[in-house]
Amino acid sequence: MSSENLIEINGLNFSYDTRAILKGIDMTMKRGQVVAIMGGSGSGKTTLLRLIGGVMQPSSGYVKFANQVVHELDRDALFKLRRKMGMLFQFGALFTDLSVFDNVAFQMREHTNLPESMIRDLVLMKLNAVGLRGAHHLMPNELSGGMARRVALARSIALDPMLIMYDEPFTGLDPISLSVIGNLIRRLTDALGMTSIVVTHDVQESLKIVDYVYFIADGVIAAEGTPKEVRASVAPFVHQFVHGEEDGPVPFHYPAQPYRKDLNLENDLA
Amino acid sequence: MPKRIVSNIRNIGHRTIESVWRLGIASRFFLLVLLKSGTSFRRFNLVIRELYFTGVLSLIIIVVSGLFVGMVLGLQGYETLQKYGSESAVGTLVALSLVRELGPVVAALLFASRAGSAITAEIGLMKATEQLAAMGMMAVDPVARVVAPRFWAGVISMPLLAAIFSVMGVYGGYLVTVVFIGVDEGSYWSQMQSAVDFRIDILNGFIKSCFFGVAVTAIAVFEGYDAPPTAEGVSGATTRTVVTSSLVILGLDFILTAFMFRGVS
Amino acid sequence: MQRTTMDLWVGLFVVMGVVALMILSLKVGNLNVYNPSHSYTISGNFENIGGLKVRAPVKSAGVVVGRVTDIQFSTQTYDAVVTMDMDSRFQFPKDTFASILTSGLLGEQYIGLAAGGDEVMLKEGDKIMKTNSAMVLEELIGRFLFNKAADDDSF
Repeated sequence: MSSENLIEINGLNFSYDTRAILKGIDMTMKRGQVVAIMGGSGSGKTTLLRLIGGVMQPSSGYVKFANQVVHELDRDALFKLRRKMGMLFQFGALFTDLSVFDNVAFQMREHTNLPESMIRDLVLMKLNAVGLRGAHHLMPNELSGGMARRVALARSIALDPMLIMYDEPFTGLDPISLSVIGNLIRRLTDALGMTSIVVTHDVQESLKIVDYVYFIADGVIAAEGTPKEVRASVAPFVHQFVHGEEDGPVPFHYPAQPYRKDLNLENDLA
Repeated sequence: MPKRIVSNIRNIGHRTIESVWRLGIASRFFLLVLLKSGTSFRRFNLVIRELYFTGVLSLIIIVVSGLFVGMVLGLQGYETLQKYGSESAVGTLVALSLVRELGPVVAALLFASRAGSAITAEIGLMKATEQLAAMGMMAVDPVARVVAPRFWAGVISMPLLAAIFSVMGVYGGYLVTVVFIGVDEGSYWSQMQSAVDFRIDILNGFIKSCFFGVAVTAIAVFEGYDAPPTAEGVSGATTRTVVTSSLVILGLDFILTAFMFRGVS
Repeated sequence: MQRTTMDLWVGLFVVMGVVALMILSLKVGNLNVYNPSHSYTISGNFENIGGLKVRAPVKSAGVVVGRVTDIQFSTQTYDAVVTMDMDSRFQFPKDTFASILTSGLLGEQYIGLAAGGDEVMLKEGDKIMKTNSAMVLEELIGRFLFNKAADDDSF
């Protein structure tokens, strides 16, 4: 079972109006894997997550989740499918009007008829898994950025999903919180037998925890491989990205006319 | 400069088309909210929570403003009416102005700036911080779970607040004219009672405030849901809620008044 | 269901709102005086109704006993047919006198009923035969001047 593909993406195209965001993406993700999707800002990573979640419709191609083509589902089936998915938003997206406890309990109360005593036990278990059982009575505005994200993580595993998508889980965290989140992602994936997709541009942290990496640039997959292959890669784009070099295939300069011309130096020389 | 004129005209046209477009989206959203209102009635505690934020928290401003508006009406009415020796009709003046017009309209204007703006800001912020998207990913429809309860709470609160406003105004007028100035108490009430009609005045005022409640909260939830997910986006949407609903209240008031009171007294 | 203080406040708010509506209906308005579910309709022809309006009160001895529901112009008799809804608690003899009166000098106009002595009471759909038109200021002044002139002649 573990080798079965949970997600298959085939020839996926997506464009906003006429601007192509994704151009022919092919990916497969197996059960139990942690997969990283990397790429510069604006390369279409978040869009890819939304297509997997069925929030947007692809222009062509398809995303298959557990053998179901996501964009062909009707509303009810899509909502049913989404109960098997969790998503961790960039800054947690906790419901600010609910306490930590109620945030984690939210899905259980919405989707199940469990008695309140059982919900209480489950919520405390989920919170314990992220180490925040003691914070269950706090409100989201009393949490630090790292804690908020851990609560959001507890919330997204509330109904034991098959897949969790992380949208930039490492942004704006201090190094300690960062490795806490990284380790949690790996540990929870293994413990719950889920699949995790981590969209990030934090190379060093994610290479420590993932099984497979896709690099997206300009809407196509620029490179892919295991962390080991990626580290050793000599492909110029991957090398630039992994080592954080300023200039390379991704240029430092936004396309412009020649510098001298912009500064009106040519006339002076002439 | 013909070029500038052309571009100005183009701008006006563009804006007109844009607003008609938005009106269409807003109407569709309004229908969507109505269609997805089932959750609000099945789980009425969601609406009760919002009733607290829209209704209870608007009470103070409504009570205080109602009282003062009534006091001013009493004072001004007395000053004018006593010139004709009919200061005993001041009760009629206060009650009719409040029940027919000022109660529903001023309460709705206050409601738009107190509760409407809060609804817009809250929904807009939930959108900006991806709480609505997160809800959608948890297979919970944000329109049914977040928008519809707020809408219904507003619709329920508005007529109640307008009635409270009118009553406070009537007692405010009573305070000034009867207690302070010394108009006869009996004639204050009896003149009022013989002039204020249940169906024409009170029922129509009530219907007006129901219309205003629907309009204000519909605008507020739409602006919040439609707000660009940024700080400026949300603040702009909040301002638009207050401005648009104030204009809609006044426009709607004219139309409703024309329908309700044409041909009677 | 958990009870919260919020529920209490909301409950209080709803009670306040409903009480306010009741005060409006009963104390500010006149819902208690006039109950249209128990009523009978009568009508009367008036030569001139002056400023009488639909929904104007019908009073007897100063007490509201009914309300004007309709005013029509009759092309047969060339006068105004005023229809009134009467509270069925109050029965009036057949020869009751109806006149259009004004409350105060500038007040609203209403119909005043003065009961006659007939044994037979007015029933649903009956017509009041004895009516007295509204006082129209111009006529009043005209009559006053006419009388004055007549008085002068006699000297």
